[in-house]
Amino acid sequence: MAKGESITQWNKSGDTSTLRNRKSFPTSAPNTPVSKGQSCPTGNDAQSSNGTSAQFSSRLSDRHMCTVLLVLVVGLSFSTRLYKITEPPHVCWDETHFGKMGSYYINRTFFFDVHPPLGKMLIGLAGYMTGYDGTFPFMKPGDKYEHHNYWGMRGFCAVLGSLLPIFAYLIVLELSRSETAALIAASLLIFDTGCITISQYILLDPILMFFIMAAVLSMVKFNQQVYRPFSASWWLWLVLTGVNLAGALGVKFVGLFVILLVGLNTVWDLWRLLGDLSLSLVDIAKHFLARVVGLILFPLFFYVTVFAIHFVVLNKSGPGDGFFSSAFQSRLIGNNLHNASMPEYLAYGSTITVKNLRIAGGYLHSHWHLYPEGVGARQQQVTAYLHKDYNNLWLVHRQNTQSPTPDLVRHGDIIRLEHKETTRNLHSHLHEAPLTKKHFQVTGYGNNGTGDANDLWQVEVCGGQKGDLVKVLRSKVRFLHRATGCVLYSSGKTLPKWGWEQVEVTCSPYLKETPSSQWNIEDHINPKLPNISLSVLKPHFLEILLESHIVMIRGNSGLKPKDNEMNSKPWHWPINYQGLRFSGVNETEYRVYLLGNPVLWWMNLASLGLYLIMVAVASVALQRGFSLSQKRKEHSHVLMRGGGLLLLGWLLHYAPFYTMGRVLYYHHYFPAMLFSSMFLMIINVIFNLIFLCCSQKAPQNIGPLASICFFDFGFYLFHPLSYGMTGPLAHEPGSSMAGLKWMDSWEF
Amino acid sequence: RKTAVMLQLPLVVTAQVDLVLVLVSLLAFWTRLSRLSYPNAVVFDEVYYGQFVSLYMKRVFFIDDSGPPLGHMILAFGAYLGGFDGNFLWNRIGADYPSSVSVWSLRLLPALCGSLCVPLVYLLTLELNFSHLAALGAALLLLLENSLIVQSRFMLLESVLIFFVLLAFLSYLRFHNAPNSSWSRFSWLLLSGASCAAAVGVKYMGVFSYLLLLGVASLHTWNLIGDHTLNVCVQCVCRFMCLVVVPVLLYVFWFYIHLGLLSHSGPHDQLMSSAFQASLQGGLSRITQGQPLEVAYGSQVTLRSSASQPIPCWLHSHRANYPVRYENGRGSSHQQQVTCYPFKDVNNWWIIKDPGKQKLVVGSPPQPVRHGDVIQLVHGMTSRFLNSHDVAAPMSPHAQEVSGYIDFNVSMAAQNLWRVHISNREAESDVWKTILSEVRLVHVNTSAVLKLSGVSLPDWGFRQLEVVAEKLFKGHSSVLGWTVEEHRYGTSQEQKEREAELHSPTHIDIDRKMSFWAKFLELQWKMLTVKQEDSEHKYSSSPLEWITMETNIAYWLHSSTNAQIHLIGNPVSWGVANLSLLAYQLLAAVYLVRRRRGIKDLPDAVWCRFSCLGCVCVGGWVVNFVPFLLMEKTLFLYHYLPALCYLYVLSPALLEHAHTHLLSSAIQRQALGVCVSAVLLTVFLSYRNFCPLTYGSPELSANQLQGLRWRETWDILYRHR
Repeated sequence: MAKGESITQWNKSGDTSTLRNRKSFPTSAPNTPVSKGQSCPTGNDAQSSNGTSAQFSSRLSDRHMCTVLLVLVVGLSFSTRLYKITEPPHVCWDETHFGKMGSYYINRTFFFDVHPPLGKMLIGLAGYMTGYDGTFPFMKPGDKYEHHNYWGMRGFCAVLGSLLPIFAYLIVLELSRSETAALIAASLLIFDTGCITISQYILLDPILMFFIMAAVLSMVKFNQQVYRPFSASWWLWLVLTGVNLAGALGVKFVGLFVILLVGLNTVWDLWRLLGDLSLSLVDIAKHFLARVVGLILFPLFFYVTVFAIHFVVLNKSGPGDGFFSSAFQSRLIGNNLHNASMPEYLAYGSTITVKNLRIAGGYLHSHWHLYPEGVGARQQQVTAYLHKDYNNLWLVHRQNTQSPTPDLVRHGDIIRLEHKETTRNLHSHLHEAPLTKKHFQVTGYGNNGTGDANDLWQVEVCGGQKGDLVKVLRSKVRFLHRATGCVLYSSGKTLPKWGWEQVEVTCSPYLKETPSSQWNIEDHINPKLPNISLSVLKPHFLEILLESHIVMIRGNSGLKPKDNEMNSKPWHWPINYQGLRFSGVNETEYRVYLLGNPVLWWMNLASLGLYLIMVAVASVALQRGFSLSQKRKEHSHVLMRGGGLLLLGWLLHYAPFYTMGRVLYYHHYFPAMLFSSMFLMIINVIFNLIFLCCSQKAPQNIGPLASICFFDFGFYLFHPLSYGMTGPLAHEPGSSMAGLKWMDSWEF
Repeated sequence: RKTAVMLQLPLVVTAQVDLVLVLVSLLAFWTRLSRLSYPNAVVFDEVYYGQFVSLYMKRVFFIDDSGPPLGHMILAFGAYLGGFDGNFLWNRIGADYPSSVSVWSLRLLPALCGSLCVPLVYLLTLELNFSHLAALGAALLLLLENSLIVQSRFMLLESVLIFFVLLAFLSYLRFHNAPNSSWSRFSWLLLSGASCAAAVGVKYMGVFSYLLLLGVASLHTWNLIGDHTLNVCVQCVCRFMCLVVVPVLLYVFWFYIHLGLLSHSGPHDQLMSSAFQASLQGGLSRITQGQPLEVAYGSQVTLRSSASQPIPCWLHSHRANYPVRYENGRGSSHQQQVTCYPFKDVNNWWIIKDPGKQKLVVGSPPQPVRHGDVIQLVHGMTSRFLNSHDVAAPMSPHAQEVSGYIDFNVSMAAQNLWRVHISNREAESDVWKTILSEVRLVHVNTSAVLKLSGVSLPDWGFRQLEVVAEKLFKGHSSVLGWTVEEHRYGTSQEQKEREAELHSPTHIDIDRKMSFWAKFLELQWKMLTVKQEDSEHKYSSSPLEWITMETNIAYWLHSSTNAQIHLIGNPVSWGVANLSLLAYQLLAAVYLVRRRRGIKDLPDAVWCRFSCLGCVCVGGWVVNFVPFLLMEKTLFLYHYLPALCYLYVLSPALLEHAHTHLLSSAIQRQALGVCVSAVLLTVFLSYRNFCPLTYGSPELSANQLQGLRWRETWDILYRHR
C-alpha cells in the first residue's frame, strides 16, 4: 500500500519536470554544456542552476524519489533472485554441462564446447573463489551435491541475473526519460518467473544476458553523450560498450546479435555525423577512428585475451582432445602426442591412426555396421570419427605379400589398409557416396585382410617425390585409389542415424589438394622399430585461435535436431507455448519449470501489436502533415526512436533463429525477451498519448500503476514455477498450481 | 449532311514502329525457336516435368513440392495443343521421343516466353527512363546469353518465370510513369498484379520478385500520402486491390483449375487425407463408394493415422509377439504386436465391439458410436483386443506399450477399454463417421492416447511403424488422430466366416464431396510440407559458385556422338554483369556520401532515376540471390538466371549514366563508345563460340571440346571411341 502511494506521489511531481525537461532540449544548441536528460540518478546540476528555486526544489524531491525507486528496484531484484538459491540441492538441467566445465577450469583439464570460454571461465572462477574444489563430477541432472560448495557458482549467476532489471530500468529511463516507464520495464523483469528461474542456476544465460544488457546500457548512455564528444564520459561509455560486446561474444555466439545491434546504431550515428555539415572531414575521421578503436580493436583484443587465458589455464589432456589437430594436441600435458615418442617414419606392419587435416576432420574409422540398403553397396561403413577410439586403428600392409622385416613406406608405394578390429580392408568402388553424390563410396571389404584389387591405395606425400619417406605427424599424406584414381576424402557432412552421426568419408574424383583430402599419421605403433622422441611443430597462438573457432562453429552446426525429440520451434517462444523442465518429473520430486510468466509475456505480445499500430498511425500523421501539439510530437519521437531501437534489438535476437538448422531450445528466446520487456515501456507512452487530451493526471498514473499491480498478481500466481513445486501435478486437485495450467502444452 | 462532314476528314493511319524493337524481337525468336525439336530426346529436367504433363493429359491427381501448378499447367497446355496423349514413359534423360509426340509443341511455350523476354527487357529499360541505345544493349545481352537460350529451348519453367517477372515490372513502371490523371493506367497496374500472380504460380521463387515489387510500390504509395491534391484513400485502395487482392485470388484460381483438371486418383493419393482421396475418382473413392457412413457397434473398419509423416499407414496387428527382452535389455509384455503398416492388408481390419455385449455383428437398426462412448477394438484376423498397459513401449520408452491382449496368467489384467473422442465434432457431428471424423482413442484405465510414434521397429517388428499410448495430452497433433477409411457392417458371427468376409472387397454407394477451399488448403499445406529426400545431385552447386559460374550442367548427350547440350552462360556477359553490379554499388556509395556532405553531383531528377534503377535491378538481384544462401535444398545454376536478368538490365543503363554524367570530354566518350563496341563484339564471339554446346550441333571433336572447357571445374563429356 505504501509503495503504491509513493508511486502516485512521485508521478505528480515527476511528470511536470519531465515535460519541462523535454521542452528544453530541441531548442538547445549542440555545444551548450547542458547534460541531456540525466535527470536520474546521476543528477542534473547544470540545469538546476539555471532554474528557479521552485524548479530546484521540485527537482530535488524528484531526485530523491528517483533514488528511492532505484533502491526499490535493486532490493526487489536481488531478493527475488537470491531467494532459495541453494534449492534444489541437486544438479538441474544444463548445470551438468556448465558446472562440469567450471570444474575443468579448476582442474585445468582441456575440454571442447561449442561456446566460447568466457562464461565457463567466470563460473569456474566463482566456484574457485567460494571454495569449490572441482571434485564434483556433475554426471547427470538430479545428482545430489551433498557437501560440495555449489552455492558460489549459483550465487554468481544470480547476482548477474539480478543486475538485469536494474539495467533495464536505466536503459528505459534514458530512452523515454520517464521514471514510470522505467519502473514498468524493471518490474516486468523482476516479476518474470522465467527470468528468475534462468538466473538461479549455473548456466551461461545469465552471464550472456548480463553482457548484452550492459552493452545496450552503455550504448544508450553513449548516445546521450552526443553533445560532448571526446569527453571522458564519452570515452568511458564507448569503451564499456566495446568491453561488454566482447564479453557477450565471449560467452555465446548469440552475442553476435547484440554486436549487430550496436553496429547498426553506430552506422546510423556516423551517418548522422556525416550529414552534420558543421563538422569537418577531419572531425568525422576522428569520430570514425575512435569507434573503430573502441568498438572493434579493443573488444577484439579483449576477446582474444580471453582465449589466451583459456589456452594457458587448460594445459592438461582431457575429453576434448580428439576434436583438434595433432599439432594442437601436442600442447596438452598427458596427451600421447605431448613429448611423443614413436617410430619416425611410417613402416609396413605398423598400427596407425589416420587423422584428416581438415579442421575438426576426425580419425579414419570403421566399425561392425554395414551401410543400409539403398546406400551404395551393402558393405561395412567407413567414417571419420572425432573421438579417440580403438576402432580408429588401422594396419599398414604391402600390396600382397606379408614381409616380416619392417620396411618403410615411401611416396608412390601401393599399400593396403586393414582395419584392426574388423580385419576388413579400406575399399572403394564406383558407387555413389551416401551424401556427396559426386564422390565414390568408401567401405570396409574382405575378410582377414584378403580382399580384391579395389583395396589398393597409393601413398602420396604432398610436395614429395618418388622414394620420399612418410614422416609420422609431420607429412601430409594423400591416399589415391588405384582402380578408380580417386582420392580418400572427408566431406565433413554428418551421416544420418544409421552412420551413428559420424562424418562421411568418400573417395573424391577431383584431385585438387585440399585439407579434406590430406591426412596425417597420428599414432604409430611398431614394436620392431625404435621409438624416437618427436618434437612436433608447436602451433602459433593465432593458429590455435582459428582452429578452435572453426571447431566450435562446426560443432554448433552439427547440433541437428534428432528425429524423435520434441523440438522447440521459434514461433513457440513469444506465445510461451512450452517451457523447459529444469528439475523433477513426478509428484514426489522437487519440480522447477522454466516458463515465462504468461501474464507478462502475453502482454508483451499485445504491446508489440499496439506499438506497430501506433507507429503506423503516428508516421502516417507526420507524413500527411497533420499539425500535432509539441507534446505529442515528443511522445511520437520517443515512440519511434526508443521503441524502434528496442524493436530492432528484439528482432535481431529473435528472427535469426528461424533460419537456423541447429536444434533450438526455449531458453534461446530469453535475450530477445529482455528487449520485448523493455518494449512494454511504450505502454506508458501510449497512455500519455491517449490521455493527453484529458489533461488530467489521474488516468495517466492509474494506467502504469494498475499494470504494475497486474504484474505483481501474475508473479503471485506463477511464483512456484521458479521457487519449486512439490506435491501433485497441476492438472490434479490439491496442487499449488491448480487451475493455472492454461495451456495443454505446459508440463507442470 | 453527316456523311459529307465525315468525308471531309482525311482517313489517316499514323503508325510508329520501333524498328530496333522489331529487329531484336525477330532475332530473339530466331535464336530461341529455330530447330526447336532438336534433339528429339528427353533433355534434363524434361524428364521431371514430363511426368506431370502426362498426368495432366490423363487427368490424374499428383502432388509436386517443387512449385505451384501454373507452370506445370502451361507446359501441359503446350502439350495439349500438340495433341500429346500422355502415353510416354518419362524414365530417363536422353530417351528418344516417339514420332507420335510433337516435341515442338511441348517446347513451344517456354521458348516463346524466353524470346519475349528480350523485347520486354528493351521496354523495361525505356520505362526506367534510359535511352534506346541502353535498351538495345540490354536486349542484346539477353539475346546472346547462352544459358538463357538453353533454358528457354526445352520444356523447363525458368524462362516462363522470367517472362512474368519482367512483365510485372514493366507494367508496374508503365503505371507509375503514366500521368496521374488517367484512369486507364490502372489497367497496367492490374496487368502487373496478374503477372505477379502468374510468376508466383510458376515457381515459388517468384515470391521474391513479387515482394520487391510490393516494396517499390509501397514506397511510391508512401510518398503519395503527403500529396494533398489527390484522393489518397481511393488511390491506396486501388493499388492494394490490384497488387495484393487480385494476385492472391488469381493464385487460388490456378489451384482451382488444377484441381478441376485432376479429377482421377493417382500415385500420390496416399499423401492426402482420406476425405481428399475420396473426392477423387477411382482409388479410394472406388473402394469407399457406398460404405455405410456411421460407424456402429459391430462395424468392421480400417483405421488410418491422420499423420502423413513418415508415411501414411493403417493400424495393424499380426501373429507375432513383442520379444521378451529388447536389444538394450528392457523387458516387454510379450503380447501380440500392434503396429502401423503402410500398405493395404487384411490384417488392418478391426471390429468395433460394445464392451457390454458379446456379439460382433451390427444390430438392426445399427447402433452408432458417439463421441465419449467406450468401445473395445477386436483385431479381425486374430481376435485379440487392442490393449495398453503400464509397460514401456519398445522404441519410445517414455510411452506405454500397445498390444493385442494375450492372457499369460501373470496377473496382468486386460485393459482394453477405449473412449472415443471425436476431435472435429464441431465441424462434423457427434456420431463417428467414416472418413469424415477424426478420432482419438483414449485408454480408459490410464487416460493415455493411442499415438503413432513414427519410429520404425527393428527386424522383429518387420520394420513397421511403432504405435504407442502416450499420457501427455499435448494440444492438437495429427499423430494422435485416426480416421476410419474402409468400413462395412459386419454380418458374420463365426470367426471363419468373418475372415472370409474380411478378405472380400467392400462395395456399396454414397457420394462424398469436399469443398474447394478445404481441398486447396490441404493441397497447398501438403505441397509446402512434403519433404522429398533431398540429396546432392551430380550437377548441383552452391550459390556462391554461380557468380563466377564454377559449375555447368550437362543437359543432354547424343547417344552415339559427342554432340551435347550444356547449361553454360556466356562468360563475357557474365563478367560484364558482375562488374556492373560492383560498379553500381561503388558509385552509389560515393554519391550517397557526397550528397550527405551537401555536394550534389547529380540533378534531382537524374538522382531519382539512378536510385530507381538500383532499386529495381540491384534489388532484384539481391532478392533473387541472397535467399538461396540460406536455403538447404539442392540448388542448380539455373536458379541464378532470374537474378542474372536484372544485372543485364543494369549494365547498359549504368554505362549510359557514366557516358552522360561521369565523362566530360568528348574523347572520353568516344573511348567509352569504342570499349562498349569491343565488349559487345566479344560477347557475340563468345556466344558463337559456345553455340555448339547451346544448340547441341554441330558435333565437336574431343579437342574442340577441350578448348571450350574454359574452367577447370566445368564438366564436359567426351565419348571414348
